[in-house]
Amino acid sequence: MTLVDGAIVVLRVVVPALILPALVIPLVWVERRVAAFIQDRPGPNRVGPFGLLQSPADIIKLFTKEDVVPAATDKFLFLLAPSLAVFAALSTFAVVPYGPTIRVAGKVIPMVGADVSVGLLYVFAITSLSVYAIVLAGWSSNDKFSLLGGIRSSAQIISYELAMTTAAAGVVLAAGSFRLTDIVAMQEGTFRLLPVVPRWNFFPQVIGFIVFFVSAFAETNRLPFDLPEAEAELVAGYHTEYSAMRFGSYFLAEYINVIVASAMTATLYFGGWSLPGFHPEGWLGGLLGLLIFAAKTAFFVLVFIWVRWTLPRFRYDQLMRLGWKTLLPLSLANLLWVALLAIWRTSR
Amino acid sequence: MTVATEPALSPAAERLRGRLAGTPLAGRCEVADRDLPTIEVSPDAWPSLARFLRDDPECRYDLFVDLFGVDNLRRPGQKSRFETVVHLHALARNEHVRVKIPLPDEKKPALPTASEVYPAADWFEREAFDLYGFDFTGHPNLRRILCHDAFVGHALRKDYAPGQRWFFAEEDMKAPEWATHTDERAGHFETQTISIGPSHPATHGIIHLIARLDGEKIIRAETNIGYLHRCFEKMSETHQWNQIVPYCDRLNYVSAMINGVGFVRTAEKMLGIEVPDRGRLVRTILSEFTRIMDHCVCIGANLVDIGALSNFIYLYQNRENIYDLIEACCGARLTVSYVRVGGLAIDVPDDFVPRCRSLLESIPLFLKDVQKLVDNNRIVRQRLQGTGVVTREQAIAWGLTGPMLRASGVPYDVRRARPYDFYDKFDWDVPISNEGDNFARYLVRIEEIRQSLKIIRQALDILPAKGAVSSDDWRVVLPPKDAVYHDMESLIYHFKLVMEGIRVPPGERYEWIEGGNGELGFHAVSDGRGGPYRLRVRPPCFANMQAFQKMVIGGTVSDAVATLGTLNIIAGELDR
Repeated sequence: MTLVDGAIVVLRVVVPALILPALVIPLVWVERRVAAFIQDRPGPNRVGPFGLLQSPADIIKLFTKEDVVPAATDKFLFLLAPSLAVFAALSTFAVVPYGPTIRVAGKVIPMVGADVSVGLLYVFAITSLSVYAIVLAGWSSNDKFSLLGGIRSSAQIISYELAMTTAAAGVVLAAGSFRLTDIVAMQEGTFRLLPVVPRWNFFPQVIGFIVFFVSAFAETNRLPFDLPEAEAELVAGYHTEYSAMRFGSYFLAEYINVIVASAMTATLYFGGWSLPGFHPEGWLGGLLGLLIFAAKTAFFVLVFIWVRWTLPRFRYDQLMRLGWKTLLPLSLANLLWVALLAIWRTSR
Repeated sequence: MTVATEPALSPAAERLRGRLAGTPLAGRCEVADRDLPTIEVSPDAWPSLARFLRDDPECRYDLFVDLFGVDNLRRPGQKSRFETVVHLHALARNEHVRVKIPLPDEKKPALPTASEVYPAADWFEREAFDLYGFDFTGHPNLRRILCHDAFVGHALRKDYAPGQRWFFAEEDMKAPEWATHTDERAGHFETQTISIGPSHPATHGIIHLIARLDGEKIIRAETNIGYLHRCFEKMSETHQWNQIVPYCDRLNYVSAMINGVGFVRTAEKMLGIEVPDRGRLVRTILSEFTRIMDHCVCIGANLVDIGALSNFIYLYQNRENIYDLIEACCGARLTVSYVRVGGLAIDVPDDFVPRCRSLLESIPLFLKDVQKLVDNNRIVRQRLQGTGVVTREQAIAWGLTGPMLRASGVPYDVRRARPYDFYDKFDWDVPISNEGDNFARYLVRIEEIRQSLKIIRQALDILPAKGAVSSDDWRVVLPPKDAVYHDMESLIYHFKLVMEGIRVPPGERYEWIEGGNGELGFHAVSDGRGGPYRLRVRPPCFANMQAFQKMVIGGTVSDAVATLGTLNIIAGELDR
């Protein structure tokens, strides 16, 4: 391996890991502005042009505030939990292909952090870790509201993870691989029977998509599934006792999770960076692929924001009922349907 | 039974006397006719009288309205120093009755509790215990309610100095036994107590709910109130009539205008003065706008509590627009201080009518947005339907009024039951629902907003374009400034009014109107000074909040939060 190869690998891995948290800054601004437009008010528009500097200002504020650690907490876990949240959120993105595999100056560069063969399994394994961040925060805070938030969260994430993985299993079945680059690759082009429709998993597996996307809301703790932090009920849920940047870490993790969940939705069901008729060549192709991927992801991020400011919150038991009695059977039905499709496809 | 000296009784009082005549109670109580039919009864006969008034088929005073004390220390000529006054309402006949219970023992005023007959009496009796030291024998939970546990003395007694204060430390707080001690036999082993409030995002004020949770299910609950107690009633006794108006605004600060109107109406009735039509119509219009704001705040905050964030802003936009109108009228937005005894502080601006009409256009648009987002939203329905259910019988027994009572199927609205101002001249409906759940209360409030718009439209049609808004009785209303400068007599009136206040003839009177969340009544006792001798406000929130700790049992914390939102508790009025 030459020095250049090494540099490329570092770039592939480090750049997304740096860009992702940085993206949160404009994303918070977007969320607040979109919320404002939905609510018929201007939103933050004073700090910098269009209020763009509002989020950096908030981050400076978070960093400079006093970090209060209440006396009755379990210090080690209390301090560990927020970093776990950010860690889980960031490392998920490592296997998501954010662009095509391109050839520049004779070198093959796959635009993905790590193209592992069990990519999707890795994603689910890491996102499961995020529940620890919440449960540990709830437990170590020594606060009943935090604890309730933590309990809610563990039950919620485990329930919805089941539906989510079962839904995603349909995608794996269709692609015949856990590798995310393979999953994107099989979605390139159009359907043979309907040449105008892109070969996205969304079309044959629309039920799977719905289950996956709804579960993604639950996994990211966003409305209508924000029960772990339900403000009006649990004050702030699991992060009630956190202050300054440790609170900011949860904030950061939530937004990274939104981006990652949107990226995963785009990858699994909407062909990732691919578009029918788009054949990436060279670095320009890579850039174009990246833009396509970013556009698809941004769309779902906007859906996340839109839903948050429109829908109310579920009650705990209703949430569980939805997860176990509706989404799980639906995802199983979807799996069955995909299996039948696969049999039909191979028998031809 | 003693024969009353008054020759003719009102039909209601006559019927009461007739019904009582044949019962064992006959010799122990006395029926008189004041502003309300008034029964005077000795303390020991009070529970049986209460039972009689509730159950007798021709009485059926089923709704418990109010209970409070009066201290006659500085009001000579009364039977005893302390008396308890109770107001009851008969829903079937729309009649109020007053029961007066003079307490003979000045040192240890005591009377039997009525909370077995009227469950709603519970908190009212605790309040009388707290502020007057009346001992309600047999009361299940006779503790202080508005003043804190470290308080010494009884604040509303006349010999209690208004400025006296007592410090309260955290360790003085008395939590109920079941909250602090875990009893394994009572099934407490797997449960925990949780303190929702006093400072909690869902309480929108300062209210404290102690709940024992099994998982997330509430198995036992108790509400603590009084965190916002500002001695409204005590302060009223040290102020002139018109000086109380700003205090009234701070009772239910979400519908400030209605409180003021309710208060000055009591004084006006006692004075026997008439407010010009224009003044009364402006009051009606602004009161109805205030009611719209009140309901907007309630619905918006409730939806925020269940996570629907945007509706809040849509509804608050209405509120801002209405505030603009109110600001144009009186210069203030939240606490308006616009009414005066005898009329209004100043006339409305010239563009009042067009401004009102443009609001009538814009409010339904916002409402439509909210209804589109909420009415058929499955999550909203899951959260609100079937939660916080109050049956018709419970609603009456708990003394609920206003939208809460109407959502449980009882069409009691003071504006219809006992029309004041012009409400009998307008064409409008009293919306009710039979479900009694949180969603029913949402629907009733939405429909009441529409009915209020209807009332405002009709009031604007008959509003005289010109004319006085206040009475020209200068013993009550300040003469115009110009006259004060140039006319000796006006100057004297001005001086007397400012220095001495309005001289309200001695006597007592209860006047009640429909507030934003129920029957809002003011009971005033005057001894002829410039201010009230005793002013009692009947806060609708108080009875509604009392029901809350019973409504939440069996539901989850989330349900409790959703239910609290639909009660429309305003801590300023709850704690006074």
